[in-house]
Amino acid sequence: MISFDRVVKRYPNGREALAGVTLEIAAGEMVVLTGRSGAGKSTLLKLIALLERPTRGRAIVNGVNLSDLPAKRIPAFRRGVGMVFQDHKLLPNNDVFDNVALPLVVTDTSLREIDKRVRAALDQVGLLGKERQLPEELSVGEQQRVGIARAIVGRPPLLIADEPTGNLDPELAVEMMTLFRRLNSVGVTVLLATHDLHLVRESGLREVVLEGGTVHDHTVGALPTIKGVR
Amino acid sequence: MGSWLARHLHALVSSTGNLARAPLATALTVAVMALALALPQSLLTLVRNTTSATGNLSGTITLTAYLKPEVGEQKADQLARSTRARSGVARVELITATQAMTEFRRNSGLGAALDVLPENPLPHVLIVTPVPSASDRASVENLRTALAAWPEIELVQLDSDWINRITAILSVLHAVLWMITALLAAAVIAVVGNTVRLEIQARRTEIEVTKLVGGTNAFVRRPFLYTGLLYGLMAGALAWLIVAAAILSLRSAVRELAQAYGSQFVLAGPGLHELGWLAAAGALLGWLGAWLAASGHLARIDRNN
Repeated sequence: MISFDRVVKRYPNGREALAGVTLEIAAGEMVVLTGRSGAGKSTLLKLIALLERPTRGRAIVNGVNLSDLPAKRIPAFRRGVGMVFQDHKLLPNNDVFDNVALPLVVTDTSLREIDKRVRAALDQVGLLGKERQLPEELSVGEQQRVGIARAIVGRPPLLIADEPTGNLDPELAVEMMTLFRRLNSVGVTVLLATHDLHLVRESGLREVVLEGGTVHDHTVGALPTIKGVR
Repeated sequence: MGSWLARHLHALVSSTGNLARAPLATALTVAVMALALALPQSLLTLVRNTTSATGNLSGTITLTAYLKPEVGEQKADQLARSTRARSGVARVELITATQAMTEFRRNSGLGAALDVLPENPLPHVLIVTPVPSASDRASVENLRTALAAWPEIELVQLDSDWINRITAILSVLHAVLWMITALLAAAVIAVVGNTVRLEIQARRTEIEVTKLVGGTNAFVRRPFLYTGLLYGLMAGALAWLIVAAAILSLRSAVRELAQAYGSQFVLAGPGLHELGWLAAAGALLGWLGAWLAASGHLARIDRNN
């Protein structure tokens, strides 16, 4: 699913965010990416979503070599990667339905199909019935779930999330992790970037630590049983 | 196909809604664009009307043929009949030497002085008016040459210099019209481009999120193109109204002026087909301005990525 081989990312100002990252994440895995601020977590996610191009090395995501993908094929590639952001990136003037529908609206999906899939995605994140509410009328946790519904509505095989629990209180953070694990249990590959080490250690998920632009990969124990998941 | 059409309709409705939500800003932008479109249209209308007016006045082009002093009145009458028989000639008036002298005596106030002349020095004159279809410069010149070749004719004068000057001025105006049109078209593109650029700035987050979820540049550009198109359509229609209103307000004054010169000329306003042309030109320029602004912005986003 994700295969990085000695991937380097150097910005035009000379700063090297990734200094030869080698990483393999198989389809169906759920992996947590940790590291201090500035360790390169966001850069790694940006490379995976093709918001940045690698400077050197081989990076393959969903079978696509990121270094030589033509610009005109980037939109189609991105539809295969669901993205969840710490600040949700919801459109404030669009209601919940329209926010979630956006990845389908940009394709030629029929209106009937959009309606069906948006409701299914909202059902998965427990927000069915709030379609016509604006983001500002929702709690922070609900806004995050709208962001997740938008990321999964196009049924991408890969879901990446940058600090998805960063703005949430501990209870909501656990709820969000449960949601990601539920999505993973139906076959979606999930990669979460977080600095919440407590949450990671409790989850028992495979942890990839980024330090100084390189990877220290290790798995933390066996996965604990979560009701209805694994 | 149905989904594609639905997407376009959605973009059109969304763009219309955005314009309607900011009526003052929309009205100001449309007004500026309309004025820019109305200027060349006004000039075009002026050129057309002047061309038409000088076309009407071409009926007043005449050639004056002065016969040689030795040509008698009977021969002059015969020449007048021969001239009338020529194709392209509408009217021939013979002014005999006697008639000319009588008129001169009446108008000049030199009655007593003329009495001392031993004989009438004035020649017989033919005033030749060509038909309107033969009143162009080349036909009139041909007629002049033909008459001048007759041995009985001393001199043929063509009274059309002033029309030639107006025709030359109209040619210059045509060239100026094209230059002004090009400059103002660029101004319309710049106005729409700047307006769309501001709208893009206001919707920057929406654009970025749309691209993040896999929206193509064409998809992102679409509502802005419709915005430019709508601006142009409205500006074209308003420009037509401005020119039509201006012509309407000038019509009676111009009619009076024309009548003072013995012409039935009536100022013609822009027709309905010109409304179509103006709206189409406005829409095309609006679309182009929006395309340039949106594409430039998207290129910058893509470069940053």
